[in-house]
Amino acid sequence: MLEASDLECRRGARLLFRALAFQLRPGELLRVAGENGSGKTTLLKILAGLLVPDAGEVRWGGAPIRSLGEEYARQVAFVGHAPALKDELSAAENLAAACAIAGAPASGGAAAEALARFGLAADAVPVRRLSQGQRRRAALARLALSPAPLWLLDEPFAALDAAAARVASELIARHVSAGGAVAYSTHQEAAIPGTAQRVLDLA
Amino acid sequence: MNATIRWFWFASPQTFFPLAGTIARACGWLAVPLAAAGLYVGFFVAPTDAQQGEAYRIIFIHVPAAWMSMFLYVVMAFWAAVGLAFNTRLSAMLASAIAPTGALLTFLALWTGSLWGRPTWGAYWVWDARLTSELILLFLYLGFMALQASIEDPRRADRAGALLAIVGVVNVPVIYYSVQWWNTLHQGASVSLTRAPSMAAAMLAGMLLMALAFWMYGLWASLTRLRCIIRERERA
Amino acid sequence: MTAALRALLWRDLLVALRRPSDVATALLFFVVVASLFPLGTGAGPNLLREVAPGVIWVAALLSSMLSLQRLFAADHADGTLEQLVLGASPLGVAAAAKVLGHWLVSGLPLVAIAPAIALQYDLSPRLYGTLALSLLLGTPVLSLIGAIGAALTLGVRGGGVLLALLVLPLYVPVLILGAGSVAQASAGLAPDAQLELLGALLAVSAAFAPWAVAAALRIAME
Repeated sequence: MLEASDLECRRGARLLFRALAFQLRPGELLRVAGENGSGKTTLLKILAGLLVPDAGEVRWGGAPIRSLGEEYARQVAFVGHAPALKDELSAAENLAAACAIAGAPASGGAAAEALARFGLAADAVPVRRLSQGQRRRAALARLALSPAPLWLLDEPFAALDAAAARVASELIARHVSAGGAVAYSTHQEAAIPGTAQRVLDLA
Repeated sequence: MNATIRWFWFASPQTFFPLAGTIARACGWLAVPLAAAGLYVGFFVAPTDAQQGEAYRIIFIHVPAAWMSMFLYVVMAFWAAVGLAFNTRLSAMLASAIAPTGALLTFLALWTGSLWGRPTWGAYWVWDARLTSELILLFLYLGFMALQASIEDPRRADRAGALLAIVGVVNVPVIYYSVQWWNTLHQGASVSLTRAPSMAAAMLAGMLLMALAFWMYGLWASLTRLRCIIRERERA
Repeated sequence: MTAALRALLWRDLLVALRRPSDVATALLFFVVVASLFPLGTGAGPNLLREVAPGVIWVAALLSSMLSLQRLFAADHADGTLEQLVLGASPLGVAAAAKVLGHWLVSGLPLVAIAPAIALQYDLSPRLYGTLALSLLLGTPVLSLIGAIGAALTLGVRGGGVLLALLVLPLYVPVLILGAGSVAQASAGLAPDAQLELLGALLAVSAAFAPWAVAAALRIAME
């Protein structure tokens, strides 16, 4: 279970949020809402352990994530703004490398299946020649193969068309109903059908 | 519990601000008579050197400046490390405040060393081992200042500079010894006093007085600069 | 964990393989710089033979610095650096793997090309072994120390030149020992001391630099 208490963060001289506290239990879906620049990305990065907050702490299962280190990293799948794909490699090669680096190597067949679910072919086309939407889909395909219980997604529906957005929300819904926890940010009013979600408004 | 509170009491920039002013003023006032005494001893009391004549007297500025430049680098690295370890803003600000003074003293050491080399060896720069090490120390100071200047976020600048200072201070002995070895290999000229078995007491006294004077100057300059940095950063 | 590191190393090598121009440019720079010196100083054979170790080593330094900018910048831009921090391996170990990949592509080729430059300078062939060994021991140290600088200047304005200013003073011992070993050998003496010291520098930097790189990366990611 993820627990944030008394989080405070400044960017330069601007205060983004303070005294922020919430919990995220298994099977829960949390939508982080707010305008551009309200600190959604910063909050997700703090939850992932990429940034250190100016005050407060994040705990996983009671222990502060600062002291858990790689143990916590294995529990988290983070998809940020940038799709984390190497331009020179194909989507399949990127996926295989990303899974191995995250500690959960995936077979070629599993990778191809995950890509197919998002409508991508496991061919040798370098990511450089894919569209923005295709790149985002390739980045999200990693979630299908990740054993991590906690998903932190920054604007997962950006650049996705309706069909791909449906696949993504199905994936998220299935993960939540299987007992995983998901926190995602969006400044659209996207609702994930079939699942209740809490909203954390940073505005 | 009381000891911890007292230890961190002055770690707040606001609290330290007036104290810094007091210490700076005291050191500034001390520096003047110390420098006067040191220069008097150096230029009038110390005996003439057997081989180098009067020209050697520049060491009364050169050597203390060099000592202080190395001392200040270690002090700077120490406060930078403290700031990194305990996440205190003031320590990092102090490290940033020391750097320009350290760089200035290093430059002074290089300049006076070069002026010393001219009458002694006929050239302004002879790749003497110690002068070359001082030159590299100047680059280390300038690198620290440049890194902090080019990072916009002050906290990131503090931490990045601190890491660089720590890496630098660890490397300084390695650099020093490798340059020493390089110098012996190439039989370079050495800008130093003749190898007298004991330095005349007056010479030593003069250099120590000047060293203290530079130390007081260093404290005055760094703390005054620290007050400026505190004013700048804590405005928000 | 080793599977993760192997995947990381393999990915880096694959990217470098498919982007040969990046790699080749730095190596070409090495050759060009070394070729410029005689044009500046005159091509007297005795002079060239004497300055050859120093010139080759300075050229290796500069080439290494040029290629260091690529080390983390691309990963930072496309988001793979974040995934590295969130990976299964400790960041220090992952950083070491990245530096290894960088050295295999940018440092090791210098060891192979150096004899050709030595030929240009008419360096005695019996010194080629010492030259190659000094570069083999020294270039990984350059990559390791340089990686700290590359991580500190990640995303910073004027990064390339700033990186040079930060890292060149720290390179001085490697330069002195590396060039000195060849100079020692050319004087007919055994270069053992210098090479052993280079080996020691390599061992110490391999042990400590990755953690400094990891700390610098975390600082840079804020």
